[in-house]
Amino acid sequence: MASIEKDHVSGQMTTGHEWDGIKELNTPLPRWWVYVFWATVIWAIAYWVAYPSWPTISDYSRGMFGWSSRGTLENDLADQKKSRSAWVSKLDGATLDEIVADKALFNYAMVGGKVAFNENCAACHGAGGVGAKGAYPNLTDDVWLWGGTLGDIQQTIAHGVRNDDPMSRNSQMPKFGADGILTADQIGAVADYVMSLNAKAPAAGTPGEAVFAENCVVCHGEGGVGNKDVGAPPLNTPIRTFTSGRDGVVAQATNPKHGSMPSWGQRLDATTIKMLTVYVHSLGGGQ
Amino acid sequence: MANVTPVKAAEDVGAKFYADTAKIHPRKVKGTFRTIKWWAVALMMAAWHLVPFLRWDRGIGAPSQAILADMTGRRGYFFGIEIWPQEIYYLTGLLFLAAVALFLMSALAGRIWCGFLCWQTVYTDLFVWVERRIIGDRNARIFFDRQPMSGAKILKILAVNAVWLVIAAACGIAFVLYFDDAFVALREIFTLEASAAQYAAIAVVGGFCYLLAGYAREQVCIYMCPYSRFQAAMFDEHSLIISYEAWRGEPRGPARLKQSFDGRGHCVDCRACIQACPTGIDIRDGNQLACIGCGLCIDACDTVMRRFKLPTGLISYDSTVNIEAHERGETGKFKVIRPRTLIYGGIMAIVCVVMMYSLSTRPSTEVNILHERSPLYSQMRDGSIRNGYTYKILNMIRKDRRFTLAVEGVEGAKLEILDEDGGPLAVTPDTVGTFRAYVSAPYNAINAKMVPLIFVLTDVETGLSVRTPSIFMGPDK
Repeated sequence: MASIEKDHVSGQMTTGHEWDGIKELNTPLPRWWVYVFWATVIWAIAYWVAYPSWPTISDYSRGMFGWSSRGTLENDLADQKKSRSAWVSKLDGATLDEIVADKALFNYAMVGGKVAFNENCAACHGAGGVGAKGAYPNLTDDVWLWGGTLGDIQQTIAHGVRNDDPMSRNSQMPKFGADGILTADQIGAVADYVMSLNAKAPAAGTPGEAVFAENCVVCHGEGGVGNKDVGAPPLNTPIRTFTSGRDGVVAQATNPKHGSMPSWGQRLDATTIKMLTVYVHSLGGGQ
Repeated sequence: MANVTPVKAAEDVGAKFYADTAKIHPRKVKGTFRTIKWWAVALMMAAWHLVPFLRWDRGIGAPSQAILADMTGRRGYFFGIEIWPQEIYYLTGLLFLAAVALFLMSALAGRIWCGFLCWQTVYTDLFVWVERRIIGDRNARIFFDRQPMSGAKILKILAVNAVWLVIAAACGIAFVLYFDDAFVALREIFTLEASAAQYAAIAVVGGFCYLLAGYAREQVCIYMCPYSRFQAAMFDEHSLIISYEAWRGEPRGPARLKQSFDGRGHCVDCRACIQACPTGIDIRDGNQLACIGCGLCIDACDTVMRRFKLPTGLISYDSTVNIEAHERGETGKFKVIRPRTLIYGGIMAIVCVVMMYSLSTRPSTEVNILHERSPLYSQMRDGSIRNGYTYKILNMIRKDRRFTLAVEGVEGAKLEILDEDGGPLAVTPDTVGTFRAYVSAPYNAINAKMVPLIFVLTDVETGLSVRTPSIFMGPDK
């Protein structure tokens, strides 16, 4: 049993509610506070009307303003394209050497090249051009199969390696072992010789040297320096695209592996290829 | 079975769950606290509106505004101090200092912030003054509110609101001047050349100034402000607060001039204190949340006490301890040194010293080095190991700088910087220079997967060096 009464301690009125002898003081909320609550409700309803909000079975309510996040993105992309166009035309008009010489243009190409690299190249060559051991060449060292100058890199990116593009890089290493050109002993001997080239101490006068001179020098060059025109890697270094060590040399001479790469000129525009060239050239091994 | 009698809910019997806001019309008073308050209003308004126009020479190419938060340039300027985004902790320190100062202020002298310096108080004071000039004092305004709507009434309401809006707009404009060169921004605002963001900021800040000082007033202090809720935690029995000396005032009752006050209290129950109060409370009920400590009730009461030839100070700005002393017939004493004030003061001193030290030893150059993570290292044709780094030089002064860079710690290490001709590295004033560095070392010089490497950056002009430790990575041997 309770009635609205004055609480003697606080001097406040009670609400008339009582639970097991506990009474509730009435502390009225300012009315404007309630109005603020209603204002937020009205705001929410206005929001439903103005912006996309309600799902329907196959669609959603579009809202009076016709706003969409995709539309915002499209506007942003258009703005970005516009702001890029000045740079793009500058890049188009400049040679690779001019781009590298112009600090502002170089920075732009580096950023653009990095983005394009991560989108297109990193799948095989790895983030930052680290490569993949046994499969795809490392682009950060100074060993280049097809040349490491700006022009060489541009050519390789634009036309690729061993593909349908008539201008693609192409070469084929004979299957010295599988096709019976050399015997297993001869291959073992030449592998020993290549390992001595690795160690920068050519084993002169060995049987391997003779085999190397007869069969390998034509592509890999005197002393195994390599030849970028035919994509023949240098052999006087420990760096290998495929398996390394003596076993690796034996395997490659017996039944060689060949890498291949798409012709990016068919997929990317010339400006992007320019930026990619500058970026790849900067990764550390550019010549 | 219990006999349950249904009870009518509060709404049914006329009690309200929502309180209608009664407009408070503070009466004009004269006295010490009113004078202090006017000076506070003048000081705060002058500071708020004029500080953006203070100049500080930082040389060519740098903003000349003494206090400026340059959002687009990402710099904060405070007279001779210029901070970069990563130094935002100076602002944190400043805010912390302000908070502790507020605590100290409250512990010593109650809510002086609320009563005299807070924007809500300053603008409300100003807005009430506008009402008083156009409509009249308390009684005139109460009478005005009761009048039926008429042309003259509408005109006066419009006039009051127009003046309020002008003050509010000035408040909003002053706000944006802290974010842009004040002179340029001011001209652009009036020639409609300012940005949408600037006008939006003026509308939001000015709009809330108008709404809060014009219509919300004491509701802000009572229902919105968190400070009024926790200020009591800073008080102790020695803090100066606005207090009614009940021992002297009670029993209260109406009195005639020249009557004897023997056997009764000095409070003549004239309600002058209530009428003067900007939050509409009765201070005789004791210290309460809604009391902002402005002292206007003291001025009002003292005026009445003088008329009755009674001693002033029935409502006093004094501590609880002193009021008890007065009751015993002793004179009170203001105790400044207390554990509470010592702790607050001590914290302030420590933060000040730390900030001063940090400011005075603020470097003119900072270096950030990012070791390349992919690849961690590259082996070159000749077998040597090379690591890539992104080397950033933060030139934090307004001077063209040139630096030489060298590496230490790895034998035979050679440094090469991409796209640089080998000469000193140039960094333009107040910018970050980013360089791509390659460090190569002979294969045999690296005996572990990771060895320490130190970059030494030397300013060509001053010869001062910054040594930054980094790492050099190699194959797992």
